[in-house]
Amino acid sequence: MTDQPILVGYDGTDAARRAVEFAGKRATAEGCAIHLVYVLEWSPYSFLSTQELEERHQRRTEELSRAEETLKPALDALNKLKIPVTSEVRYGHSGELICKIAEDKGACQIIVGRKGGSTLSARLLGSLPLTLVQASPVPVTVVP
Amino acid sequence: MFWKKTAAASAVAMMSATLPQIALAQEVGLDERINQAIAPISNVIAGTMFYSVPIAGTEFPLIVGWLVVAATIFTLYFGFVQFRRFGHAIALVKGDYSHPEDAGEVSHFQALATALSGTVGLGNIAGVAVAVSIGGPGATFWMILAGLLGMASKFTECTLGVKYRNEYDDGRVSGGPMYYLSKGMAEKGKPVLGKVLAVVFSICCIGGAVGGGNMFQANQAFQQVVNVTGGENSFLAGSGWLFGLVMAIIVGVVIIGGIKSIAKVTEKIVPLMAVIYVTAGMIIILSNITMVGDAFAQIFVGAFTGAGVAGGVIGALIQGFKRAAFSNEAGIGSAAIAHAAVRTKEPVTEGYVALLEPFIDTVVICTMTALVITISGELNSGLTGVELTSAAFASAFTWFPLILALAVVLFAFSTMLSWSYYGLKSWTYLVGEGKGKEIIFKLFFCLCVIVGASMSLGPVIDFSDSMIFAMAIPNIIGLYFLMPVVRGEVKQYWAKIESGEIKKVK
Repeated sequence: MTDQPILVGYDGTDAARRAVEFAGKRATAEGCAIHLVYVLEWSPYSFLSTQELEERHQRRTEELSRAEETLKPALDALNKLKIPVTSEVRYGHSGELICKIAEDKGACQIIVGRKGGSTLSARLLGSLPLTLVQASPVPVTVVP
Repeated sequence: MFWKKTAAASAVAMMSATLPQIALAQEVGLDERINQAIAPISNVIAGTMFYSVPIAGTEFPLIVGWLVVAATIFTLYFGFVQFRRFGHAIALVKGDYSHPEDAGEVSHFQALATALSGTVGLGNIAGVAVAVSIGGPGATFWMILAGLLGMASKFTECTLGVKYRNEYDDGRVSGGPMYYLSKGMAEKGKPVLGKVLAVVFSICCIGGAVGGGNMFQANQAFQQVVNVTGGENSFLAGSGWLFGLVMAIIVGVVIIGGIKSIAKVTEKIVPLMAVIYVTAGMIIILSNITMVGDAFAQIFVGAFTGAGVAGGVIGALIQGFKRAAFSNEAGIGSAAIAHAAVRTKEPVTEGYVALLEPFIDTVVICTMTALVITISGELNSGLTGVELTSAAFASAFTWFPLILALAVVLFAFSTMLSWSYYGLKSWTYLVGEGKGKEIIFKLFFCLCVIVGASMSLGPVIDFSDSMIFAMAIPNIIGLYFLMPVVRGEVKQYWAKIESGEIKKVK
């Protein structure tokens, strides 16, 4: 068993579930742990109204607990497979954060799902898999 | 009275220069009746608030002195904090000290941006033009000075706003002068005085919200819309109440209906407008860079000689000080309500961030407007208010008045939204929280939009200015009592920085 976990980007979508499923197989085969990361997109430089300022802390608490709930089925499924699994929910830029966490945790690889969209916006603005492929410090697997 | 002349002069000049008759055309029917009903009340309030004493042959409103003296005292008491900690303020806004764990909470940048959107607006466009058209280019010098001093007032009030805010169990936060006045003064052993100041502040803040934060904005937005839709021949001329009704419905949809999308759109456009405005100003200044030296010379000479200005040096000084205070609201207490929501363990950090507000608002944007007006040579055209700014920018970009009209309406709208919140917080402080009570205030706020658009400018400016400045009386009394608390916060904060307990994370 290696102490380098597989890092999986998770947000509760079907694509993310497929990524977890695939990561489960890899982890069993290689005998390593899985670390699930749920990133809530956030910029400290975005603009909020006065009302939003007042409610921000409250909303954040709600968002965090909702994210934890979304993570639960994935955690349960991996636990059933007897894979050691940890998770964290973070605010920030998903690409930057996942790369940073991969480094901090010494992950052996990153696995993310792909929404399957080839929409114009994804092409112009880039998507998480594209960002990771370009910037990740470790190998990246994109699950279709 | 000096102030009366100002108001009247700007009232006339706010109308299209080519079509001065609008002023007459407008005062008929429903508009006139609303105007006649409100004007006597606003006259009394303005007369009291702007009680003036004769100094060097001109009338000096005491309230302006009150603000500037306070700003000077805070500047000295905190050892020129606005200059010594300017760099630190920038580092805080950049997020150099923000812990990654706190991502998702209100950042220093967000609190500053929101507070700025409430202050950057008509004051920077119309107010500056009024100041230089009456006080001459020299008024700019005093405006910059008042802006620099005001940074210390803002530092003091926003530090207290965070320190004494209420954090509720459900995670919401509420802060502002009403809380630091009541809680802070109770700590100082003066609970009754604190309570009285807090209540007086809240009442004045409601007045300021419906005055400068609402009626003045609605009024100016209406004037601009009439001007760009054909002036006297506009289908809207004389129908301020109709424009007000439409504006009131849009405001109501946002603040009562909770329709966030409209507010969201405004919030995206307003910063863009500000950027366009500043960029256009910078282009004009840079393309006339050879004249900038001359413009500054006019500003300095005007400031100390007061040549050609009613009231001489003092006349220029009053205009500069007054417009700076109205524009950046330092010492008024309003911004402390917005800044209080930031996520920080150290109240003083938000104070440092807040001191950038008068700098950006007054020292940068207002000065830019003043420079453009001085360079353009439109100062002697007899215009004032938005019309003067519009003409000055039009001398370089002929299409600019249209953009400016759009900017004025949007700035007015965003300022209304900010102030509706400040007013609401004061209202709930007085009567308690509750859906029904909040709706009553919001309906009243919308009604005032209609009234503001219908009235002629003179009484509106009188009422708006006086209610906003009235907030400064209880606020600054409280600040004097509480400034040692702020000094204590400063000391323990820098002790933590020196011991390495607080350090840069970037």
